Amino acid sequence: MAFLDRTARTFLLAELASGMALTLRYFFKRKVTINYPYEKGPISPRFKGEHALRRYPNGEERCIACKLCEAVCPAQAITIEAEPRDDGSRRTTRYDIDMTKCIYCGLCEEACPVDAIVEGPNFEFATETREELMYNKDKLLANGDRWEPEIARRLELDAPYR
Amino acid sequence: MVDMVLEFLKTPFGILVLTVIKALALLVPLLIGVAYLTYAERKVLGAMQLRKGPNVVGPFGLFQPFADAIKMIFKETVIPSGASPALFLMAPMLTFGLAMIAWAVIPVNDGWAIADINVGVLYLFAISSLGVYGVIIAGWASNSKYAFLGALRSAAQMVSYEVSMGFIMVTVLVCAGSLNLTAIVNAQKTVWFAIPLFPMFIMFFISTLAETNRSPFDIPEGESEIVAGFFVEYSSMSFALFFLGEYANMILMSSMTTILFLGGWLAPFQGTIAGELFMLIPGPIWFILKVCMILFCFLWVRATFPRYRYDQLMRLGWKVFLPFSLFYLVLVAGVLVFMGWLPHAA
Repeated sequence: MAFLDRTARTFLLAELASGMALTLRYFFKRKVTINYPYEKGPISPRFKGEHALRRYPNGEERCIACKLCEAVCPAQAITIEAEPRDDGSRRTTRYDIDMTKCIYCGLCEEACPVDAIVEGPNFEFATETREELMYNKDKLLANGDRWEPEIARRLELDAPYR
Repeated sequence: MVDMVLEFLKTPFGILVLTVIKALALLVPLLIGVAYLTYAERKVLGAMQLRKGPNVVGPFGLFQPFADAIKMIFKETVIPSGASPALFLMAPMLTFGLAMIAWAVIPVNDGWAIADINVGVLYLFAISSLGVYGVIIAGWASNSKYAFLGALRSAAQMVSYEVSMGFIMVTVLVCAGSLNLTAIVNAQKTVWFAIPLFPMFIMFFISTLAETNRSPFDIPEGESEIVAGFFVEYSSMSFALFFLGEYANMILMSSMTTILFLGGWLAPFQGTIAGELFMLIPGPIWFILKVCMILFCFLWVRATFPRYRYDQLMRLGWKVFLPFSLFYLVLVAGVLVFMGWLPHAA
């Protein structure tokens, strides 16, 4: 009987028909495509995107040139030079990130004692030349100014888990 | 003026001009059809994989085929240093040309065939067999391992499936009593051959999949094994010609299935009230609808099944289809003789 059953199924192409029925059902299903440049998927508050240097609300830059990020960076993408400012506070004179080296591990963010360097939500920073990816302090501070509202919201959302 | 034109068309040169016009009237829509078949393929495959497919160029991505064509034209034709240039360039032209000239005998409507010859089926069979040459020449002239392997596989496959396809066609011929494609369609006025010859219809469809090197029989160009098979080395327009030829062949095979089994341009349910209503729609529309349905099945099958292994493909062709089609041919012929239903040549 089992033999008959199997033979009948083979000759009637039962397996093939059921496979085709499945693909036909999928044909009419709702599509999952996200129309990328026009639609975007959700991003976690912990998403590690483009770097930014933050400021205090009074406009003073947060970074105190402790160089912990430079030390912890596994890709050695960060270069910092520092000297005391006229008012005696210790600040960076140079803060460069080579974005072509960065592996977006987020360790700089973790190491920072003053929450100065953060990885923001932006992932659309492709450039036409390689040189544009060598970020300097001005670029990072500008990023911080641009993304601050979003960065603050993300930090707040993630705070309960830290 | 009109008289002069009509008079001119009766001269030998006029007949030539008329034929060229007829051929263009068939081939231009065909090429547009080919372009949109590639679009349809991407849309259907996308939909079955829960994607949207091309949707950026023009409304619903409808201009995508033209964008692709323009891209192809502006690419550089690379001829590999070890290749034999003349043969290398001849192969795609051969493939494309053969895919086009086969259309001479396809009747899209009653009497619309450019060449209404009495051996239409044989002509089609001969032309589709010649298609192997394009593939073999391409594989050989490329002077590349992958191309050569692909060509060998393709040749073996096309030859194997032609045998069973031949027997299936003979079954239809026995029922229709003619080799003329128009006569074969007209013989289906009472019932489409797909109904009494249903197993043959399915086998013919599967054989056409193999004959056109379509998935699941696309081992000659299996991307995951031999890159692109016989046309790995081709680029630019020479590649485009292969591509056009392949898709034109798909449409050709679908038309053949339509003519042999689905009653060509005939409206369904003839002789009933629904049939009378369907008759209002002109024949070519029915023909195109039927061809589109079969082409959809081509794409549907591609979205559903994984690729056959080479030995499985050969087993299916020689050990399943060949004996089965032979058996069915004898059965059909026997029934026709026994019941006295043999059609008589008109």
